[in-house]
Amino acid sequence: MPRMRMNQAISAAIADEMRSDPDVIVLGEDIAVAEGPFKTSAGLLEEFGPLRVRDTPISEMGFLGAAVGAAATGLRPVVEIMFVEFLGVALDQLSTEGAKFHYLSGGLVKVPLTVRASVGAGLGFGTQHSQTLESWVVGTPGLKLAVASGPANAYGLMRAAIRDDNPVVVLEPRRLYAQREEVTVGEEGIIALGSAQQAAAGDDATVVALGSTVGAAAEAAAAASWSADVIDLQSLQPWDKDMVYESVARTGRLVTVEENPLSGGWGADIVAAVAADLFGELKAPPLRITAPDVPVPFGKELEERYMPSSVYVGEQVTALLDTGRVPPSWWQREEVAT
Amino acid sequence: MSTPLERRQALQQDRRVRYERMVEIRALENKVQDLFDEGLVHGTTHLCLGQEAVAVGVAAAARTTDQVTCTYRGHGVALALGLTPVQLLGEILGREAGSIGGIGGSMHLCDPDIGLMPTFAIVGAGIPVAAGAALTAQVRGTDDAAIAVFGDGSTNIGAFHEALNLAAIWKLPVVFVCENNQYGEYSRIDLTTPVDDIACRAESYAIPSAIVDGQDPDAVAEAVSGALDQARGGAGPTLLELKTYRYAGHSRADTAPYRPEGEFERWYEKDPIVNFGRRLVDEGALGDNGVEEVEAVVGARIDAAVELVLASAPAPVGAMFANVLAP
Ligand SMILES: Cc1ncc(C[n+]2csc(CCOP(=O)(O)OP(=O)(O)O)c2C)c(N)n1
Ligand SMILES: [Mg+2]
Repeated sequence: MPRMRMNQAISAAIADEMRSDPDVIVLGEDIAVAEGPFKTSAGLLEEFGPLRVRDTPISEMGFLGAAVGAAATGLRPVVEIMFVEFLGVALDQLSTEGAKFHYLSGGLVKVPLTVRASVGAGLGFGTQHSQTLESWVVGTPGLKLAVASGPANAYGLMRAAIRDDNPVVVLEPRRLYAQREEVTVGEEGIIALGSAQQAAAGDDATVVALGSTVGAAAEAAAAASWSADVIDLQSLQPWDKDMVYESVARTGRLVTVEENPLSGGWGADIVAAVAADLFGELKAPPLRITAPDVPVPFGKELEERYMPSSVYVGEQVTALLDTGRVPPSWWQREEVAT
Repeated sequence: MSTPLERRQALQQDRRVRYERMVEIRALENKVQDLFDEGLVHGTTHLCLGQEAVAVGVAAAARTTDQVTCTYRGHGVALALGLTPVQLLGEILGREAGSIGGIGGSMHLCDPDIGLMPTFAIVGAGIPVAAGAALTAQVRGTDDAAIAVFGDGSTNIGAFHEALNLAAIWKLPVVFVCENNQYGEYSRIDLTTPVDDIACRAESYAIPSAIVDGQDPDAVAEAVSGALDQARGGAGPTLLELKTYRYAGHSRADTAPYRPEGEFERWYEKDPIVNFGRRLVDEGALGDNGVEEVEAVVGARIDAAVELVLASAPAPVGAMFANVLAP
């Protein structure tokens, strides 16, 4: 198994799909000659040439729309949106056009499109370049959504996304691009969309994490006096109810760890489903550990506090286990919120 | 210490101050790079080295009640409009003394006193917003105008075209200032844009345009003044294409390996600071040692600003909760 950085794993996944299917093309800003601002398309231009690997102008609506059209007529485009916020200027093409073609064609027109975007805080890019924005995607029927948490699942989810006959958004936590791990490549490395994976095992709680928070959740569990199942959800649309329910039925406690603001975060869906379906099995109220309801701030310390750290996850879960109640968030405890 | 408004007024009145401000912009941008290399800057920076005349020419032409939108490459425009070195460096270093208290960083500056609207990190976003500021002036019947400053690459995004069309049909008092620095990120303009001159894009919206030497602050000020006069007089918008050059890479880590050999050197012959300094000396506006004197004054000002900012308090954690919504 090769050891790779997450950006290398993404390049490798795209390259493997391009080798096996000549309909796979890649579009994005500075992704061809420069191999991507985050080096997530290394070697693609060289191997597959300028017909299939294209630099675009700064025209997200134009090239995402073109990708929808190309997908609807037979190609399998992989589109890079450099920072997920830039999806804002192109959202119609994804959410209202591409996501609806299959439905509005009576199932005759498929849109095998992959949209990749880097997400998240932690690198000092500031308010307009640091959000996670799953919420822009997850509430749109017709789209699938996967979120990478490291090199191995970035590889596996990317290949599954490119093979899928639906528009799939794959979000890549930017601060993990340089993280290294061993990656299972080839067919065995492909990870089915909609499947979660267990990152740690334990009995006291089920900690559900996604993307950038998987590391913090696993670290917290490893350092704690309690033990927990840490589930890396990997896909949000659809999400792996079987794995989460099986675990919560055993531990009786559900915790979600999210980098997004409290309001409208993905964890609310998980909590609502578990509360409705497993109400009788719960020993404690579900706990959501999130960022506060503020834009992502810039100052280094502020940005670090914004994201749930492993220490904070540890404290919150410990408090839940000790008191049987949802503890106040750090900003409630410190009374800093105005 | 002068206030931002005083700094702006001085610039409008005296071409020597325009020279000094260009020297200040360059020195500050170089300082930002140094601080970055020392590991003191969190995140990223986009320097406007080489584009100082654009910033200063625009600020000299605009009234302090006019509204300006600019981009993440906006340190120069902000300083030219009057933002102080402490406000700029404070923001870049995440200090309370920063333009918006250190919660924005390099890409997010703002000062309503001098018409600097919140700067934009999304390409093209400031162009329709400037049209909106012009709409306010039109609806209220004031004599103010708005200016959008944006890059060449931004003219390939829908917001640019929609804003020009809107401003044209409503005859909004807005001037569209395209800083054509030849690159959008790592791509030369001709790789992404089929026209040689951005200015020609005005034609399809039936608005006037001009190509301007963006390395000459006098030429920039004159062109922007003329367009602003038209706008205030009810004639509607103008598109100005200012030909300029980005000396640094796109952002902090980019060493611009894609730049053809000799290109930088050719542009450096047109260096705005060197040439404007010479012009002022020839005119007698600057003495024989004028250039050195300005450099010394500016150098001392920046050293003092750096010292003050480095000794100042970082933004407190609670600052992230302030101002999310208006009260
Ligand atoms: C909508 C959007 N797409 C992409 C980007 C990433 N990006 C930031 S700057 C830039 C290049 C912009 O070029 P130009 O407009 O010429 O301005 P310059 O940087 O040269 O000043 C790109 C692609 C962005 N910020 N917003
Ligand atoms: Mg440019």
